[in-house]
Amino acid sequence: MPLLDDRAATRRLLDRFGFGPRPGELETLARNGFAAACEQVLAQAPDATPLPNLGAEPAQAGKKASAAERRQRQKTLRSQQITAVQWWLDRMAGTASALPERLTWFWHGHFATSVQKVHSARLMLHQNQTLRTKGGDFTALAKAMIVDPAMLLWLDGQQNKVGAANENLAREFMELFTLGVGHYSETDVREAARALTGWTVNRDAMTSSLAPKRHDNGGKTVLGITGNLDADGFVDIVLNRPDSARFVASRLWFRLVSATPPAADALDRLVAGYGSQRSIGGLLRAVLAEPAFRDPATTLVKQPVEWAVGLMRALGVQPSKLPVTQLEAGLRGMGQVPFEPPSVGGWPAGQAWLTTSAGLARLHLAQLIAEHADVSHITSATAAGQVLGVDTWSQRSSAALAGIQGAQLVAVAACAPEYVVSQ
Amino acid sequence: MRISRRGFIIASGVVGAGALAAGATQVDWSDLMTAAARNPLSPDAGVLVVCTLYGGNDGLNTVIPASDRAYQSARPDLAYQPHEVLDLGDGLGLNPGMTGLKKLWDDKRLGIVRGVGYPKPDHSHFRSMAIWQTASPGSPQQTGWLGRWLDVTGDDPLRAVSIEPVLPPLMAGQRAAGATLPVTGLKLPTGAVGKAFELMGHPQDGDAPDQARAARSIADLHTTATKLGPAVKPSSDSKGRLAAQLDVVAGLVEAGVPTRAYSVSLGGFDTHADEKGTQQRLLTELDQALSAFVDRMRGKPVVVLVYSEFGRRVGANASDGTDHGTAGPVFVIGDAVRGGFYGEQPSLTDLDNGDLKESTDFRDVYATMLRDVLGEDPGKVLDGHDTTVSGLLG
Repeated sequence: MPLLDDRAATRRLLDRFGFGPRPGELETLARNGFAAACEQVLAQAPDATPLPNLGAEPAQAGKKASAAERRQRQKTLRSQQITAVQWWLDRMAGTASALPERLTWFWHGHFATSVQKVHSARLMLHQNQTLRTKGGDFTALAKAMIVDPAMLLWLDGQQNKVGAANENLAREFMELFTLGVGHYSETDVREAARALTGWTVNRDAMTSSLAPKRHDNGGKTVLGITGNLDADGFVDIVLNRPDSARFVASRLWFRLVSATPPAADALDRLVAGYGSQRSIGGLLRAVLAEPAFRDPATTLVKQPVEWAVGLMRALGVQPSKLPVTQLEAGLRGMGQVPFEPPSVGGWPAGQAWLTTSAGLARLHLAQLIAEHADVSHITSATAAGQVLGVDTWSQRSSAALAGIQGAQLVAVAACAPEYVVSQ
Repeated sequence: MRISRRGFIIASGVVGAGALAAGATQVDWSDLMTAAARNPLSPDAGVLVVCTLYGGNDGLNTVIPASDRAYQSARPDLAYQPHEVLDLGDGLGLNPGMTGLKKLWDDKRLGIVRGVGYPKPDHSHFRSMAIWQTASPGSPQQTGWLGRWLDVTGDDPLRAVSIEPVLPPLMAGQRAAGATLPVTGLKLPTGAVGKAFELMGHPQDGDAPDQARAARSIADLHTTATKLGPAVKPSSDSKGRLAAQLDVVAGLVEAGVPTRAYSVSLGGFDTHADEKGTQQRLLTELDQALSAFVDRMRGKPVVVLVYSEFGRRVGANASDGTDHGTAGPVFVIGDAVRGGFYGEQPSLTDLDNGDLKESTDFRDVYATMLRDVLGEDPGKVLDGHDTTVSGLLG
């Protein structure tokens, strides 16, 4: 199998472990070879950008609230949500430490929580910060997520109390977050739900806590282990299953490397990198060591946010400087708005993004971004390729780009299959 | 939690099917669109509209056994009283939000198949929806049931169209796949940009499969916009989500597009908590959208099939909601439908670990649609399964 050369592999590293290069970044990173580039990226720590201040949580509309009061509350929530989205996109597009941000984005799709049910941008940002700070240690992350305030609201955890459990969180936690379908029984779901009883959320304080009276203190049996289990105990049982390590490694591979699952021996190596510490850094290191990571055939369709952020990084455009309505319409038209995954299963992947209607939204957003960039130095398809990180255009794309200039050239180039798909 | 069509695509196992890798599809969209214009839909050809309710609709609060004591005692705070429901006879009534469907019932155009499910039901949204969409209760299948229908009936991609941004697994076959259409109209740029963007859709030797698909989606977009665009009226945003989708379907049927199967959907049925109000609101939206559509399609051989991935547990949970359950009712609507009840109403006292026992295999319903609406031998599509729901159609 021919492998990508050091420069191409470094470009892929920037695409998959970040959001694509900023101007000059590829040259700098590729200078000392791929191995050194990997070390440099793996060493990245989250930058210190503070969370935005969204202001107070708008007061809950009581039963007697007037229509005007309800509208005002909706308006405040909506405006806080837009601020949160802009803040995160700015951070993705601007950060020099792209890996932690890319991981945060990955975890958001994995522990997919939507503001549409949580109804609080503050709680979504609070979760976002937890994903960022704990994203390197899966044990800590899973234990934080199972009692995360936004997660509890999203999967009805705060409605789960002794006597009649609500199974939603217990089921999705095993199926989608930690273990995978088929590795637990219906009885495990019912018992796990009992272990998770009693959690309540304080929206204003952005905290969750266990109300002892609501918690089921009886014996429970989950995955063959019996005891007076609580949330932490349940998480430990699940993560100790060998199936869990394979599940986590496969999900990361799916989003960062390829929609084709890793071969069995590769998966073993990924699991070994993850190790008993459940280290995401170790898992990422193992991913980079796989020959498949340097296989030219291992392409990955960029998710819409990755594509848009990558384009803005390349062109030096700050997302919050764009007209927010049009930016949001573009992302929505392509099918992906941060903090609004369509379900707890997260967003689709691979070719599912490449639909006809999304293609038009993509072009419109590319035009918007290009119009807000300084493209005076981009006077040819070759120059556009250099900016976007496309070494070679196909004949098709060269022909398409031959007749246009300026912002139009950049916008159409950003829609080329060579850019839409990470090579 | 909101459950919608996209979430299922990840876990369905169908996304990897050859059909979605457009390189594997033998047909060229634009050739076939031209052929379609020359060969409009025959007025007597049956059209099937599949409406998916994502999230697991609570069947017991949709077709309601309000006078059953077991129902009232299993979910006291969630239950509807007998005087609240729209009486259908047989001790059952429709949810009060479904006044339009009640009219269709009185008009004998609504068939309700009761207790529809499959053996050893799976309680995962994603697995169960994959089972319904692939029509494969036993082992995982790589193709959807309408995708296999496409596979066995030729190679015109316009035969199945999904009015959604993402192709649902049910329309992905091994060789062929349905097309997707957005709800709103398509307006492509003109001039130099339009020309350049169109050229981007040309295939290229040496394209990786993902890149080939990216190019093809651009080509499909241009073909769709130029050939089909005029038939699709942009819908106003004030309309409900499902109503807007069904508007597009109605426009396509009226324009004589040779599509035989459509997919539309409504999400949000995952009601673990505070279920009653949410579900009634959704069922009202469903009801209004469906009745307007069926009225507009009066006199045409159009049949609507409405299903969800499972029903709900009989007993309420502590949060005025219900957890994932099993069998549920399926609606079949249209002029050709012989209205009434089909299948046995599942018992509320003879339960399987708190869940309803299914009385009708969901493949019987599909087989009926394949045979009586699409005119195909169901056994070819459903792995030999050809039992139908007797008397429902035709």
